[in-house]
Amino acid sequence: MRYSGFKVIKEGLFGNKGWKPAWRDPAPKAEYDAIIIGGGGHGLSTAYYLARNHGLTNIAVLEKGYLGSGNIGRNTTIVRANYFLQGNSEFYSHSMKLWEGLESELNYNVMHSQRGLINLFHSDGQRDAFARRGNMMVNQGDDAILLDREGVREHLPYLDFEQTRFPIYGGLLHPRGGTARHDAVAWGYARGADRRGVDLIQNCEVTGIDIENGRVTGVQTTRGAIRAKKVGMVVAGRSSQVAAMAGMRLPIESHILQAFVTEGLKPVIDHVISFGMGHFYISQSDKGGLVFGGDLDFYASYASRGNLPMVEHVMEAGMTLMPMIGRAKVLRSWGGIMDMSPDGSPIIDKTHIDGLFVDCGWNYGGFKAVPASGWCMAHLMATGESHPVAARFKLNRFETGHILDEEGTGSQHNLH
Amino acid sequence: MRLTCPLCGPRDRREFYYYGSDDYLNRPAEGDGPQAWDAYLHLRDNPAGITHDLWYHDMGCSSWLRVTRNTVTHEIHAVDAVAAPAKGGAK
Amino acid sequence: MRLGGKGQIDRSKPVRFSFDGRIYSGFKGDTLASALLANGIRLVGRSFKYHRPRGVLTAGSEEPNAMVEILESQHQQTPNTRATVQELFDGLRARSQNRFPSLAFDVMGVNDYVSPFLSAGFYYKTFMWPRPFWEKLYEPVIRRAAGLGSLSRKHDEGHYEKAWAFCDLLVIGAGPTGLAAALTAARAGADVILADEDFRMGGRLLADGGEVGGKPAADWVEGVLAELSALPNVRLMPRTSVTGAYDDGTFGALERVSLHRSPAPHLPRECFWRIVAGQTVLAAGALERPLAFPDNDRPGIMMAGAVRAYLNRFGVAAGKRVTLVANNDSARATARQLMAAGVKVAAILDTRPDASAVEECPVYLDATILSTTGRKGLTSITVSHSGGTSRIETDCLAMSGGWNPTVHLTCHLNGRPVWREDIAAFVPAPKAVPRLTPAGACNGTFSTAACLAEGAGAARAALAALGKTAPDIDLPQAEDAPYAITPFWQTPDVSGRQWLDFANDVTTKDVKLSAQENFASVEHMKRYTTQGMAPDQGKNSNVGALAVLADATGRGIPQTGTTTFRPPYTPVSIAAMGAGGRGAGFAPQRYMTSDQASRDRGAPMIEAGLWYRPGYFPKPGETTWRESCDREVMMVRASVGVADVSTLGKIDIQGKDAARFLDLVYTNTFSTLPTGRVRYGLMLREDGHVLDDGTTARLGENHYLMTTTTAAAGLVMRHLDFVHQAFCADWDVRFISVTETWAQFAIAGPKARELLATLGDMPDLPFMGVAPVTLGGVAARLFRISFSGEQGYELAVPTRYGEALFRDLLARAETMGGGPYGMEALNVLRIEKGFITHAEIHGRTTAFDIGLEKMVSAKKDCIGKAAAARPGMVGAEREQLVGLKPVTDAALSAGAHLFTPGEQVKRETDQGYVTSVGYSPVLKSWLGLGFLKNGRARIGERIRLVDHLRGIDLLCEVCDPVFHDKEGVKLRG
Repeated sequence: MRYSGFKVIKEGLFGNKGWKPAWRDPAPKAEYDAIIIGGGGHGLSTAYYLARNHGLTNIAVLEKGYLGSGNIGRNTTIVRANYFLQGNSEFYSHSMKLWEGLESELNYNVMHSQRGLINLFHSDGQRDAFARRGNMMVNQGDDAILLDREGVREHLPYLDFEQTRFPIYGGLLHPRGGTARHDAVAWGYARGADRRGVDLIQNCEVTGIDIENGRVTGVQTTRGAIRAKKVGMVVAGRSSQVAAMAGMRLPIESHILQAFVTEGLKPVIDHVISFGMGHFYISQSDKGGLVFGGDLDFYASYASRGNLPMVEHVMEAGMTLMPMIGRAKVLRSWGGIMDMSPDGSPIIDKTHIDGLFVDCGWNYGGFKAVPASGWCMAHLMATGESHPVAARFKLNRFETGHILDEEGTGSQHNLH
Repeated sequence: MRLTCPLCGPRDRREFYYYGSDDYLNRPAEGDGPQAWDAYLHLRDNPAGITHDLWYHDMGCSSWLRVTRNTVTHEIHAVDAVAAPAKGGAK
Repeated sequence: MRLGGKGQIDRSKPVRFSFDGRIYSGFKGDTLASALLANGIRLVGRSFKYHRPRGVLTAGSEEPNAMVEILESQHQQTPNTRATVQELFDGLRARSQNRFPSLAFDVMGVNDYVSPFLSAGFYYKTFMWPRPFWEKLYEPVIRRAAGLGSLSRKHDEGHYEKAWAFCDLLVIGAGPTGLAAALTAARAGADVILADEDFRMGGRLLADGGEVGGKPAADWVEGVLAELSALPNVRLMPRTSVTGAYDDGTFGALERVSLHRSPAPHLPRECFWRIVAGQTVLAAGALERPLAFPDNDRPGIMMAGAVRAYLNRFGVAAGKRVTLVANNDSARATARQLMAAGVKVAAILDTRPDASAVEECPVYLDATILSTTGRKGLTSITVSHSGGTSRIETDCLAMSGGWNPTVHLTCHLNGRPVWREDIAAFVPAPKAVPRLTPAGACNGTFSTAACLAEGAGAARAALAALGKTAPDIDLPQAEDAPYAITPFWQTPDVSGRQWLDFANDVTTKDVKLSAQENFASVEHMKRYTTQGMAPDQGKNSNVGALAVLADATGRGIPQTGTTTFRPPYTPVSIAAMGAGGRGAGFAPQRYMTSDQASRDRGAPMIEAGLWYRPGYFPKPGETTWRESCDREVMMVRASVGVADVSTLGKIDIQGKDAARFLDLVYTNTFSTLPTGRVRYGLMLREDGHVLDDGTTARLGENHYLMTTTTAAAGLVMRHLDFVHQAFCADWDVRFISVTETWAQFAIAGPKARELLATLGDMPDLPFMGVAPVTLGGVAARLFRISFSGEQGYELAVPTRYGEALFRDLLARAETMGGGPYGMEALNVLRIEKGFITHAEIHGRTTAFDIGLEKMVSAKKDCIGKAAAARPGMVGAEREQLVGLKPVTDAALSAGAHLFTPGEQVKRETDQGYVTSVGYSPVLKSWLGLGFLKNGRARIGERIRLVDHLRGIDLLCEVCDPVFHDKEGVKLRG
């Protein structure tokens, strides 16, 4: 069933009785060519691109809960390509290009909105660091504009330019940065994968990974054993538990990142604003809620919920930067489980077990990576080789010292 | 979230700095191979359940603490100083 | 319509207020909603999606419809304020929201007529073509139509506070359960906090009427509150919503301190409390559920409990001719009380076929409402019942679909509520929050007598857990009627839309469509239809919606489950939770002792982390910072300059194993450093990257003084504590930060020694020497170290002498042609010398990268040594520190990237980047430091510097990073 405005009107006239299920609910088969563990954004896009780019359709996505129940449904929806290290830059650039065609690719309106991202800076040193970043973005073929204080004022006149603790020196504008409707991304990929024949199996938890002579042969699940010669682990915050089923220890710690949304408000914020000194970022959703967040709670956790110290810190940052939001009321807070890698960059790689692949380590930036992560993981699973734009996301890079540390805070856990 | 510092008593989480798994206490010896260092610095059990991790009483007594707690429920089971208590009093 | 003789309003205090510009009056003790109803105003808002006319639905914080903007002077306004919570005060100005141009005529109301095309999730299926139209047309239109209230776009100038509170027992909710709990604990001497979101405590005892202990319930409440407020161990917190349960007995709570009165400069608007409780009794009550029937959202259709509350508490009849519809017994009291108060009750509609038909008014059993009329206010309903079909003229329909225990806080730590079939509602899972006991209606216990008993019991148990005994209290006689309900979730076989989520305009059709499209899990349904995502977070509608979903999917309600309850229980302003963050309050401000002296000289102060440091010291006639900076650089190179360097971290390290300890944390060796000497040290993180650098002096055999960079001072202290406590706790070494103990000044330039000599008898220190000195009787320290490349000293005195010494040094320097220099000059001086800062050691650089790999001693272990030896951390592919000098006279820029001349400029050919630049007035050229692939081997080559962002594209010569006095003659001179 193809979606369109015409179809919406036609169905509306006939009581919306004709809409078909967005995806099937198949029972798991005994064997697939490939299995993706994890029906989140990355898992679903991996399945979609395996089918679309590599013609692998006898595949299944196994999801222990409902599709899109992980971080894809629990984030601040920011889409950007503003990295500056070789290895990251080309990957996120590729992702951005996929985002820009995603609606027509999926025939699903994911509401990708390139409203512009502004990263504020507050010292000469930060300006230079952002200039380095912006120049890399341009070198990569993406876009970046360095704004001075007055330039920022033109875009964001409501910031507190007079009293804020860290005066605003300027900002790096990334015009193609923006947001998307997070759930719709999962649903669009799910529907697209389903239409290409992929079995999306919900409420199916993987309980074991079958390995014989160093080769993966399938998985055990709460819905029975399923054979497959290729298995991809794409489970974000649960990566360590799933990898442990294959006897692996990953360079991952799971942490809580909280985010917040206010009650609906008439449009006041047109951009995505990032205030690094305060670990604060904000945008306004199409529904009118201010969507914002801050830093990790900073303790390993699987609780999907956080505590007050970071809540208050985020609010304080908002108040020093843009006191006009003071009377917006926080409606809901939530916590995602972040698969934090030591250097803050992801892993898309083979493992030492033949046929077993891993896609994890998205830290707190996985949402924007969903298209390229799926694209590159699919490439890896189909061909056995890393995709060129994800070639540096190696599992063993910590052992070899080929670190990708954008923040420069250290390639050890909990320094990010 | 509150931790009971063995020296200072129960305190709010915001007095503490977090440093991750207590794997960091088991520093390999000089000359140990890259795999030992990789395991020490990077590889983690990352349990969903009971864990032992390191906290620093940054805004208190500067003690490094080893905390036994549950990563799913956030229940705190024990808080101990990393440094063994001084033996036999002051030297 | 106001009724005589009823309610807890103060009729001696009339209050004038305005709504949408019209002036009305009410009484003290009214809410905005009760006053509007008293004035006969039924239309108070517009819905989110279809802009349907809406009226007051509830009498509490769960209100989905009656949300308004509260206006204050100076463009201050508060959107999305619940009229049901806002207390009336003289001069209150309220404005309806989400309508244009007016509440009565809203052009977006057209949405309601095209609603078949705006079904759940329709926007995912359209607006995709042509592509640019999404951002240019569709999205802006959607954004403007969406949203509810509006912010003023002006800074919130209100005052807010945060506070902490601690107690043995926190009681959340001051209805019968909470009052009994608080009383029990209070009499036992426990430290009790009783918090309630309402401005008047008593909960449903105030709203329901009836008697407790043989007297009017409100009187009994007054007596209990009088006793509690007289006790020193009890803190009553009215107007305080406990908004979130967090770990280890910590709760967030919002107190509306002054929102009930005209703004007062001495009062905060709100206070956000962090309450830490040993034990907690949750007595949050229950919320009544609407019923789903066609057009059940018209103004005038209200919750039965709310109609009862307006009657008993505010003396307001919500209509002139009221009809009731219910699936349970609890609504009957509403009808009886209305009739007793003289309000006409048109009929009672009971959805149950077997309920009692004996009342003082017509009762229709097996009733289902087929339709309602009245666009801006209910006029009639048509109902089918066991006796046929009737049309009833009515202006107020009071509905009750049963009660939902307020389980929210018990779910904040991931507890999942449990379905109880007998009351058709979810109740808290046992022990969902450690040390919290739900009691009363929030626990599914509905009669007043049972609530009183359960509250008292919960308090006794809570105190027992704290090791305290609480004697029984005498519980008063109270209503003890059983609660009988037959679930009724939607009206079958009727056309027309039946609203579930009033605020977000979600109807039963939307939920069914979501199931039809296989958005069948409760979370999918919520996200697809937006059910429960409105400002009431589904308090009125979630259970009804999931019942409809359960029906559509053929699963039971328990199998369908709920969505996740998350904090806050009621929305909390960003300003309250962010209180103290405004302006400079966000982070501490650190000032050097010379701060005022620098400001006196007109120096612009710039942020260096939390510190403020002078940028430069302008002289008369200088118009740009560059002029001042150039002069200051030349001054240091030619005579003498003075700079405050007190922000550098200083750590005093003592003990027999101090030397051994430093050998472990530094890459190089400090045990071999002679007493009285200083050595430059490099510190790595355990991951092999440079953590920090600085000088460390040996003041005695077992006494060192470490210097860190300003930025890393705290980091290094923590690191030292870790290394010590984790790896060598038995070593005899102790250290403490003395950063704020000493004020320290750099004296640099060829005349530095001459200046020092004027201070008195100074030791003749060798380069990198240190000695104690006395300045006017004050013990001080003199270091011969330099960050400028000149003959340089640093003089440290106890902080309290800092300002005096700074002023004195400047005066002396100026007689010699010298003076102060600021951060700008300091930066140029260090670039000329190739000295690095955190612009270079930015967390990704190794000792190898900055050419200091020889400083990693081969003879000993050190932190980071093993990781620094990994193959990826060394080698020609890495970018190495180099100097850069433009080939022609041109400005460089930090942040530019480097390319091999002749090659394409793109990411793949990138050779490195520039970290620091400055204009050297000595060398009469811009100079830069940067990192270049295999850079040390490329010294003498030309490299292309490209800065797209600033429009710079020029050729540089790759140089040694030390541009000035490479041999260090001046330094040692």
